[in-house]
Amino acid sequence: MIAELPLPYPFELGFMQRALVAGLVVGLFAPLIGTFLVQKRLSLMGDGIGHVAFAGVGAGLLVGVYPLWTALAFAIVGALGVEWLRARRKAGGDLALALFFYSGIALGVVLASARGGLSVSVLGFLFGQPLTVDPAEIAVILLLGAAVVLVVVTLRRVLFAIVTDEEWSRVAGLPVRSMNALLATLTAVAVVASMQIVGILLIAALMVLPVATGQLLGRSFRGTIAVAVAVGVGSVILGLSASRIWGLAPGGAIVLVAALVFLIVAVVRHSIPGGFAVEVGGS
Amino acid sequence: MHSMARSAATDALAAALIDVRGVSFAYGSTPVVEDVDLTVAPREFVALVGPNGSGKSTLLRVILGALTPTRGSVRLLGRVPAELRDRWRLGYVPQRPTLAPDVPATVREIVTAGRLARSGWWRRLRDVDEQAVSHAMESVDLAELADEPVRKLSGGQQQRAFIARAFASEPELLVLDEPIAGIDAESQRRFRDSLVHLIRSHGAGVLLVSHELSAVSDVIDRVVVLKRTVQFDGPPERLVQEGVSLGVHPEDLPLWLEGLR
Repeated sequence: MIAELPLPYPFELGFMQRALVAGLVVGLFAPLIGTFLVQKRLSLMGDGIGHVAFAGVGAGLLVGVYPLWTALAFAIVGALGVEWLRARRKAGGDLALALFFYSGIALGVVLASARGGLSVSVLGFLFGQPLTVDPAEIAVILLLGAAVVLVVVTLRRVLFAIVTDEEWSRVAGLPVRSMNALLATLTAVAVVASMQIVGILLIAALMVLPVATGQLLGRSFRGTIAVAVAVGVGSVILGLSASRIWGLAPGGAIVLVAALVFLIVAVVRHSIPGGFAVEVGGS
Repeated sequence: MHSMARSAATDALAAALIDVRGVSFAYGSTPVVEDVDLTVAPREFVALVGPNGSGKSTLLRVILGALTPTRGSVRLLGRVPAELRDRWRLGYVPQRPTLAPDVPATVREIVTAGRLARSGWWRRLRDVDEQAVSHAMESVDLAELADEPVRKLSGGQQQRAFIARAFASEPELLVLDEPIAGIDAESQRRFRDSLVHLIRSHGAGVLLVSHELSAVSDVIDRVVVLKRTVQFDGPPERLVQEGVSLGVHPEDLPLWLEGLR
């Protein structure tokens, strides 16, 4: 068990503290993975994989297997499938995603309804239930977060080279295929492990929105990651606070904060002479 | 003439960086290159020229191992290209920056990527790697811009960053695909100087695929003119004398003829 910490309002209660820990971990590792996905033009990967995982949840419920395992299997196969289609140029990255995205959610709905209608618990996977996180789930997400951070930080240079210039990386002899597969698998694992806790919406959005702000403010790739992670973590704190104070849906509040941060940064940068305009007009 | 070029090439074969013999490649039944011989030796600067659709890009892809020839043999640094392990020995500068225009990265980060295949991509960077990266940036005159975002640089400066990325692994062979198209004169001069530096100080060989040779015409050892088959292989001076009589139409290759006169 995790004891209640002496935190001030709105985080003085145990359930809020657990939501905060889970949210902070996701706020950290989602933008970390997302920065690489955005460079690959796979911003919607998290969302697409989430919907394939949703089909896995439906399949698990139908055949009576613990849904998280079937979701994980579906998500990994889906993520590698998107990567396979993209790498062989059978379909553009966005088209490959759309194929899996729509087939996944359709299959999920069909499978779940075959067993007797969409239940509330199925919808929980889409939007998450951060306020009902239990200590075991906290442990899972902490472990996962640590693993993702360790892998990405260790391999950041080679992942950077490959996601920004795949053609050159291949000629240079970098392990393009295995790193792409690794990134796809990491994304799938991250989405599935977080979806029951914070929901597909939150994990997928935190893979993209903070990165968009990072791209505006970061001069370097490192700086972009730092800004993205800071925005992710900050959005979780502000969003959870707002949800407690005004009784809002926590996942939605966090995502809206991240979107608002991007909007404000984009407007401010655009209105400062010599800011954004110079960067775009550089070449 | 053609046989002279061949015998000169044979002498260099033992240590050839690129050794292409009798290579043909066809897409389906359409031949793109036919019976091509091409060598690049250490310290040699070879320019591969030809009009659009002459098969230059295809030949380059065959040399790099992205395509398998329909006939003939290719050795890249002594190996079948697709089986070359130590790929850091090859430095490659792609035709157009394959980087997205909004990529958030500094010059140093881009150039460091070029060191990975040599230093071990799973390893931490050591001092010697940092030095090689700094040296690569200095040799293309980008040291002061090392920590600037690449998206803020001019087209010519960006191209030099990609050349520095190729230099960072201290390659034995540098392959450049149309690197100077649309680059300002100042950047072209620095580009030439950096290639000369790589050849003279590091003993590397260079294969430059280009339309535009005026910036480097005084340092090229051999020009290879490709138009499906090799039309000419020899020193640039001789090409100026014999070029047109070889059946190469001047209007096909206006820029290099201008540069070589």
